[in-house]
Amino acid sequence: MKTIFALAGVVIKELYRRKDFYVLFILTVVICVIMASLNIFNDNQIIRYVKELCLLLIWVSSLVIAITTTARQIPAEREQRTLLPLLAKPLTRSQLIFGKFLGCWLACGLVLFCFYAFFGALAASREHAWPLLSYFQAAFLHWMTLGVVIAMTLLGSLVFAAPSSNSTICFVFVATILCVGRYLDAVALSLREPLRSVIYSVYYAVPHLEISFGMRNLIVHDWPLIAWKFIGLDAIYSLAYTGIFLVAACLVFRRKAVN
Amino acid sequence: MSIILKTEKLRVEFKSREFRQQPKIALRGLDLEVGTGEIFGFLGPNGAGKTTTINVLLGFVQPTCGSAALFGIDVRQPIARQRIGYLPEMTYYYKFLSAEELLRFYAKIFGLSRSETDKRIENLLKLVELEHASKRQIKTYSKGMQQRVGLAQALINNPDLLVLDEPTSGLDPVGRMKVREIIQRLKNEGKTVFFASHELGEVETVCDRVAIISEGELKAIGRVNEIVAQHPSLEKAFLEVIGYKPQHA
Repeated sequence: MKTIFALAGVVIKELYRRKDFYVLFILTVVICVIMASLNIFNDNQIIRYVKELCLLLIWVSSLVIAITTTARQIPAEREQRTLLPLLAKPLTRSQLIFGKFLGCWLACGLVLFCFYAFFGALAASREHAWPLLSYFQAAFLHWMTLGVVIAMTLLGSLVFAAPSSNSTICFVFVATILCVGRYLDAVALSLREPLRSVIYSVYYAVPHLEISFGMRNLIVHDWPLIAWKFIGLDAIYSLAYTGIFLVAACLVFRRKAVN
Repeated sequence: MSIILKTEKLRVEFKSREFRQQPKIALRGLDLEVGTGEIFGFLGPNGAGKTTTINVLLGFVQPTCGSAALFGIDVRQPIARQRIGYLPEMTYYYKFLSAEELLRFYAKIFGLSRSETDKRIENLLKLVELEHASKRQIKTYSKGMQQRVGLAQALINNPDLLVLDEPTSGLDPVGRMKVREIIQRLKNEGKTVFFASHELGEVETVCDRVAIISEGELKAIGRVNEIVAQHPSLEKAFLEVIGYKPQHA
């Protein structure tokens, strides 16, 4: 475990010493503050739209950070040959994968904390309310979803040669799930066999990231809290997919030549 | 003298990515034995299989057949690498870390305690003369300084076997001398050094025994003085062993 935490520590250091996070954070802050300071259409409820846009920006930014950070981890180690002195230590390749995953996941957790803290401050400045538990539920499931995305991107970084192609494929895949994932079963119903079975298989095989994505509505529309058992179930669902992707990554990396 | 590095009939083939192309044979049944306390030079022209051998010894590449062991443990077991230090040919480390942070990171991987880590980092930075730059990020270092960080990281676990792949490539004469002094010092401490190089003069000065490989095959092995006995220098012996024929005699 010590080894995995040591690897994770390096990933976190890399993230806060690079500029990616700061650029996205400042961009999100600037856009949201400008939107929140305007009183468009003299609508008292305009804050809802601001909140929705702000959360959308947080989702996009967090996905950008998660995918780009993860996609470059192992390819950059190979390209810059830092992988060689690392694997020459008493370290298994599975530990390397888990260390990289943990580092990216924890780093994204820190990023999310900053984003949601800003969001909370922005919303509180207009609504004078701070529904902390709702924010916690949304942020927690958001973080769990990022775990799935990070594990999937890590697997992709071992399969695809270039980090850019991996990032693009992961972005398209995640965006597709978020946008159309929930409608796949309805689409399947309208089709004939064997296409119906194919679409159904896809529907049941892909991780339904849109469940956590939908948690934005909880905050935007001030809905009551979700029962904690459902939050727990969704977390387990995300962890299961994360585990599947990580085991697959370990299997792919196990016998891969690194020279 | 016990054997701490051993390869038996080691063969490595790289499958071609092109359709119907023959696999490239990097090593053809290599047998090597290195004993405790030796400085062992591993020589060969470019593409002879030196780096492939090191890659197998460190578990980066799986052998097609044959076996390799460090301290009697199969190299595929990560624990075989607990007592070794490795300096790659090209030293690239995490450029956003400082030398001290990098050494601390590698010490954690070896499971060293905090007090032991502090002591070793202090000694190693002194050894490689980087105390003044220990807090600076590696990206600000010169090539020679990076090579010295590499040497320090290879020694962080106080290894019994040090594997060096072209340790002086790209260094200026002072840098080379410094690396040579460190190797000599390690020898005096009873450490074993496995040393792949093109620098024949350096090998002749530093090594006890040498092996010469060419096209993946072991061509000669023995004490340096035995190999050079019938030639004016190790360079002449090397050229003859690998079968080099001068075009303008």
